[in-house]
Amino acid sequence: MRDVAVIGVGCTTFGEKWSTAFRHLFIEAGALALEDAGVQGEQVDALYVGNMSAGRFVEQEHIGALIADYAGLATTHIASTRVEAACASGGLAFRQAVIAVASGMEDIVVAAGVEKMTDVGTGASVEALAGAADREWEGFVGATFPGLYAMMAVDYMHRYPLSREDLAQVAVKNHSNGAKNPIAQFQQEITIDTVLRSSLVADPLRLFDCSPITDGAAAVVLAPLERVHEFTGTPVKVLATAQASDSIALHDRRDISTLDATVAAANRAFSKAHLTPREIDLVEVHDCFTIAEIIAIEDLGFCRKGEGGRLTREGETALGGRIPVNTSGGLKACGHPVGATGIKQVWEVVTQLRGEAGARQVDSAEIGMTHNVGGTGATVAVHILGVT
Amino acid sequence: MSVARFWRKIPQRYNLIGTRCGTCGRHFFPPRTFCPDCRRAGEIGPYHFRGTGEVVTFTVIRTASEAFEQMTPYVLAIIRLDEGPQLTGQIVCTPEQAKIGMRVRPVFRRIGADGTSGVISYGTKFAPVALS
Repeated sequence: MRDVAVIGVGCTTFGEKWSTAFRHLFIEAGALALEDAGVQGEQVDALYVGNMSAGRFVEQEHIGALIADYAGLATTHIASTRVEAACASGGLAFRQAVIAVASGMEDIVVAAGVEKMTDVGTGASVEALAGAADREWEGFVGATFPGLYAMMAVDYMHRYPLSREDLAQVAVKNHSNGAKNPIAQFQQEITIDTVLRSSLVADPLRLFDCSPITDGAAAVVLAPLERVHEFTGTPVKVLATAQASDSIALHDRRDISTLDATVAAANRAFSKAHLTPREIDLVEVHDCFTIAEIIAIEDLGFCRKGEGGRLTREGETALGGRIPVNTSGGLKACGHPVGATGIKQVWEVVTQLRGEAGARQVDSAEIGMTHNVGGTGATVAVHILGVT
Repeated sequence: MSVARFWRKIPQRYNLIGTRCGTCGRHFFPPRTFCPDCRRAGEIGPYHFRGTGEVVTFTVIRTASEAFEQMTPYVLAIIRLDEGPQLTGQIVCTPEQAKIGMRVRPVFRRIGADGTSGVISYGTKFAPVALS
């Protein structure tokens, strides 16, 4: 296997982008990434695009070909592949691209993610997202995504010390980071009161515990480490790629408050990179709901089970803390265009490792991690990246 | 949900007909046609669940998908059936009555409808034993 590097990154602004079409979102991110890498379109060997549900959001399938076409790569007949794993589509697209380069099959590969969610109403998008869980045995009886994560929160709070304020603190911290990120959907700071006074969605989760519906795209360019000198972008090395699965339905899990797929993927990634959680300088975790961040930092190994609330309360996960979590603002404040999220996480970590994160820069960051979850934990992708 | 898709699951949804592996004795609801422990050595057959069990965790759905909007707020739970498997279902009780560990029994109820002129789907909800 060859060592792989990220040589360029690009991301659109995230938000409700009424005037931008699905295909143009992708082109914007892709062009930024190629420009950053100093790569010409015709040098690209392959493209992997993460996308959850263009079929339901914009009634368009065959996304690989569409994207290649509008990127001007139809005439070079590039290999273009759509990757789908619900909200982990981006993370898996990145992993497929890493594998393609590591194996020697391809040299210059673009990994991207895109989702256009606001062309349908909220009800229709909630329906589409419900397909990430078990349609027949969860969705059919009235389960929603916030509802499933709320059941994790109730189970967790019954067993471990976690207050309603601790949960709110996750959102407060992520909004504070988002306020320093020029691409974030929400760039306003909030207080614990903002969260506690927002409307209940699924007890105990309130509106401000939930990530929003977002349009956006992100792209990164990969190359073999031995070829990075040919390009202009500052390279960041991929130290590990790992992926794991679990039951599609939450009710079939061994433990409602643990994502065993996160534990498995993290163990594999740390083992591959010969690293421990202590050596990670920052991590982008999948905070689709506030409870998800608490559970993620435990399952990734940054603290023991039951300590996630304390870690958050004591500021250890904030900028300047022991392990800054979601410096981009996370899914909560940066936004969550589902297929793009996994790539945006890589974009953020690369931006941090190059020291280009501005007001949200983590001091002397050298190793970063991403954690991307599909559904309620049925798919998890974990990546570790490091400075070269 | 299409007619065929709902119709083929009527035994499971109305009467909690799940499956059991004759090789290892493990019960499955929602039903599986392949035992994850024994795999090809498994011998799967139908099993009629009693439907009694207890609440593992729950929530109160305040914002629902379009099909369930009219029913909010409703209590949604993960229930551990006495035979072992866990499933997701609605509890017929008020938000204040829902508790972890609460014993429940099955009740036949209307689950939802496909618009105003589409198929009405029925299935199993759960009621607290102590309140009945």
